[in-house]
Amino acid sequence: MTIGKDHHMMPAFSAADIAPTPYAWEIRAAGLKVRAGRKRMAVDGLDLSLGTGVHGLLGPNGAGKTTLIRALATVLRPAEGTLELLGESVGGRGEHRALRRRIGYLPQEFGYYKRFTVREFVEYMAWLKEVPKADIPAAVQRAVERVGLADRADERMKALSGGMVRRVGIAQAIVNDPTILLLDEPTVGLDPAQRLRFRELLLELGTDTCVVVSTHLVEDVAAACTDVVLFAEGRLVFQGTPDELAAAGGPEHVGDSPLERGYSALLKGPEQGRGTW
Amino acid sequence: MRMIDGYARGDTDMATDEVWALEAHLEGCRVCRDRLSAAVMAQATAAAAQASGVAVRGPDDTGWGPDVTALVDTVWSGLEPQLAAIVPTPRRRRWTARLSRWLTPTVVPWLAMVASVTLLALLLDLVDTGYPGSGEVSLVLLLAPVLPVLGVAASWSRGLDPAYELTASAPRAGLYLVLRRTASVLVVVVPVLSVSGWATGVTAAQWLLPCLAFTSATLALGGVVGVHRAAVALVTVWAGVIVAPTLATSRTTFALQTDGLPAWGLILALGIGVVIARRGAYSVLGAHR
Repeated sequence: MTIGKDHHMMPAFSAADIAPTPYAWEIRAAGLKVRAGRKRMAVDGLDLSLGTGVHGLLGPNGAGKTTLIRALATVLRPAEGTLELLGESVGGRGEHRALRRRIGYLPQEFGYYKRFTVREFVEYMAWLKEVPKADIPAAVQRAVERVGLADRADERMKALSGGMVRRVGIAQAIVNDPTILLLDEPTVGLDPAQRLRFRELLLELGTDTCVVVSTHLVEDVAAACTDVVLFAEGRLVFQGTPDELAAAGGPEHVGDSPLERGYSALLKGPEQGRGTW
Repeated sequence: MRMIDGYARGDTDMATDEVWALEAHLEGCRVCRDRLSAAVMAQATAAAAQASGVAVRGPDDTGWGPDVTALVDTVWSGLEPQLAAIVPTPRRRRWTARLSRWLTPTVVPWLAMVASVTLLALLLDLVDTGYPGSGEVSLVLLLAPVLPVLGVAASWSRGLDPAYELTASAPRAGLYLVLRRTASVLVVVVPVLSVSGWATGVTAAQWLLPCLAFTSATLALGGVVGVHRAAVALVTVWAGVIVAPTLATSRTTFALQTDGLPAWGLILALGIGVVIARRGAYSVLGAHR
């Protein structure tokens, strides 16, 4: 028997795991305004509370989804209003290092270094995220396995297909076991089988993490999200379950599925009639 | 030791909190895990000896019967080949991966360019007559302040660092990473400049102070308008105000003579002050413009 001969035994739980959370919502925004560029207010007076689960952020192009996700990733400072992440108020001049360690972020334009192997890149990101040095190899291996790239881990990034690069992006986002996971258009470039696998991963992550997925694909939301946040012109239009979204649409609305009809029913404002883009 | 024996036997009279405390301790203490393993082994052999003598034996006589040990051994022998087949995480680290903690990989060509420009300037200085109008002006001296600025801009710019948004969102982003990358650019540039300065007979302070002053000014301005823009602006100002008149008049301007050194020192101090005061600005997207 070799019980007890291993190098390091992972504790079943740590003090941090059983400590009570000092916040009611992982993400809470009140009257949030965020600027995109010099003048345009891309997020304009948003009130939003998000807890654990998978939240699909839906909205037409230019609705401010990317700006909102950037603000949640603390790379854009709110212009007005309050934004609380994990109970910590975001804004001002602070660097939010402790908060950022608990956030995973996949930007819309996922840039990477072509000469790095998958493992090197995820390791580099783990280092940037201040994962303790001793935990990095195991955390990297786990993240790479979760996105199904374990067999390609030692290949250069430039040899990967678009969908695989996207999966590396997801791996780097989850390498620090985040409490808030922000994914900006993560399903772009994934083939249908990979998309299914990705939805499974999302549901798995959503059991103990606050996952925010921005997407323009309504079917992604139906399959993987516990909660839908519909967003247009910087404001919240609707928040509820996918079923509630489907119930909002009737047969007279545009769309091929109940969810799409609900989507177009809720977005049909005075300036967004049929036939416009 | 007594507790471990009891635990291995599966005693039911142990208090629940004692079991909890013991398990929590076992997770962290390798010595006690080894003790537990030894206790289990000892009891298993004792039970095996007993079982060979007694034909029928109830499983609750000793807690761990030989059947349990046999089961664990079977599971273990089944797992072992699989565990052996798993390739351990490679230990080797390529130098690029190690270097990336100091510099973004995309900066390396820029640094090579900066070094070759310096060497070219040195060559022209030494040949002296090869450049019309250069006269007594040292090209190395003219170029020294702007060369590290190029490197700093390259290591902190949206266009040249593909992972800029990821970097900006990481906890390690901010002043710490800016200084780390700036320091590594200076580590490469300063020795090259020192050799050139020594070869052309310019005093170290004459180029080092403007060089550091410009670097700090780039970072300070970069916190407001983005490091890349700041670098472009400062290099333009330098070319217009210092380089052009110098080449036109063939005289080293006041700014580069030893009398100008206090002014450069002042700029350096101001730059450092502004960088420290506005350190939060480097962890948002603005500084990458």
